[in-house]
Amino acid sequence: MSFLEIDNVSKHFGSLVAVDGVSMKVEKGELRAVIGPNGAGKPTFFNLITGMLSLTKGRITLEGQDLAGVDPSQRVGLGMARTFQITEIFPDLTVRENIRIPVEIQAGLSMSPFMPKAMRAPISARVDELLEAGGLTRIANRLAGELSHGDQRATEIMMSIALKPRLLLLDEPTAGMGDDETYAVARLIRRIHKDQGLTIVLIEHDMRVVFNLADRITVLAEGRPLAEGTPQDITENATVQAAYLGGEA
Amino acid sequence: MENFDIRKQGPNLIVWALLLTLPLWINYVSYTQLGTQIVAMALGAMALNFLLGYTGVLSFGHAAYFGLGAYGAGMTIRYLMPSTGAGIIVGTLAGMLAAMLIGPLIVRLRGVYFAMVTIAFGQVFYFIAFRWNGVTGGDDGLTNWKRMPIDLGFTTLHIESQATTFYYFVLAVFAISVGIMAFLLRSPFGRTLIAIRENERRTRFLGINVNRHIWISWVISCTFMALAGSLNALLNNFVDPRAFFWRQSGVFVIMCVMGGMRSFWGPLVGAAIFIWLQDELSSMTANWQSFVGLVFVVVVLFFPRGVLGILRRKATE
Repeated sequence: MSFLEIDNVSKHFGSLVAVDGVSMKVEKGELRAVIGPNGAGKPTFFNLITGMLSLTKGRITLEGQDLAGVDPSQRVGLGMARTFQITEIFPDLTVRENIRIPVEIQAGLSMSPFMPKAMRAPISARVDELLEAGGLTRIANRLAGELSHGDQRATEIMMSIALKPRLLLLDEPTAGMGDDETYAVARLIRRIHKDQGLTIVLIEHDMRVVFNLADRITVLAEGRPLAEGTPQDITENATVQAAYLGGEA
Repeated sequence: MENFDIRKQGPNLIVWALLLTLPLWINYVSYTQLGTQIVAMALGAMALNFLLGYTGVLSFGHAAYFGLGAYGAGMTIRYLMPSTGAGIIVGTLAGMLAAMLIGPLIVRLRGVYFAMVTIAFGQVFYFIAFRWNGVTGGDDGLTNWKRMPIDLGFTTLHIESQATTFYYFVLAVFAISVGIMAFLLRSPFGRTLIAIRENERRTRFLGINVNRHIWISWVISCTFMALAGSLNALLNNFVDPRAFFWRQSGVFVIMCVMGGMRSFWGPLVGAAIFIWLQDELSSMTANWQSFVGLVFVVVVLFFPRGVLGILRRKATE
């Protein structure tokens, strides 16, 4: 049994078939990228995993547990953290507060009307550690809304890491970024993947990011699975080149 | 006191110094009862702002809980027992209970839908108070009761006859209430509420049951609003159905916006400006509301973050 098993899932919107019989198995500690040309159904597929959309057909299990009927915020409780294509952070709070809130939530304090004395030191140590790991220490006291796109993305990723997830889902983490920012975010993803052995599934448009980061790649086209393999397999795959890479070159 | 920072504590010191010394200087600009009214209404505005400014949820029906506190206090003293303390407790608990029951019906709604439904619930209470003549006094209001002296055992507070004593009594209740709200806002729970205000979607995807948190914030906000209502009724020895009317809810929203929703003391400043203007202008012209409205428009146009918002920006520049 794999860590995350997606078994023959489909999503229909009326007569439109956005995702058509896709299967994917992700092992623990793997970094899996899902790519595909425009109209491949990537966002739909992603949102079937996060629970934002319900399945028309098929089954998704996380470590054997069926996710049918588990709503998105309950999936977070099961250890599935996510980021959004358009960064979702707390703009009017400092970066430190942005990180502190999920750290406190993870510690089970979200309903607590006071900060238990014994928790004070461990909480702020954990916040500092996450700021450091995300390369955010130097901007910790700035308002998150004033940061560059790349720093906001790093903040959002570290907010998800603060939840100590089992599975991290990244929705186009470098969307709309320049080369430097893309590189910085890709490096951050690689680092948290390596350091924490975290299982990550990301969908991405930027091919360079994917080929440098992913352990394995799943290619979708028109809602159907086209190919799956290591970055090298995918580069050499003639079908993929015809459908996608060739089209772009 | 660890890390006592005079710049951070400055506003607190100024506010408390002004409030504690109010009976000494208020007679130069106004009179003690007006000071008492400002403190009671400021508690209501700050209670509303717990929900509006710190959870990001706009209620346009908080008058319902203000009125429940007021009628709860008045009816307890008139019908049940002639005790100020009992009146305050019953009034506050009535507001809290109503908020707990109504909350689950409305916390799924957002934005203008939430605001509209809160108005609707408020109007239900208004019509009950208006129609149920025999008990509430109907349109004429609830009369034939007054605040009673408070026996503390070692001494008796003559709040019924001494304006200054009553002012300090109301100030003490205010201090405890805003102290509790400030404490909650600095707790992990309070930070979760601020997170909801900042980005509800993100907060939900941090695994928070957002509706439950909004419900709790709503109950806290309405409870302190009911307490403010009971204090205001005790001040007037009177309450009428307009306490429930949606315009009263609007007054509290105006106080928050005028003073600044993002600053803790903003609603207090808004309440002080509103009540003082109302008092001064209503003795000059029957059209005082147009002038209060004009001041409100000017504040919103030129200080979108309220009076305290502009002061804070000046301080950081």
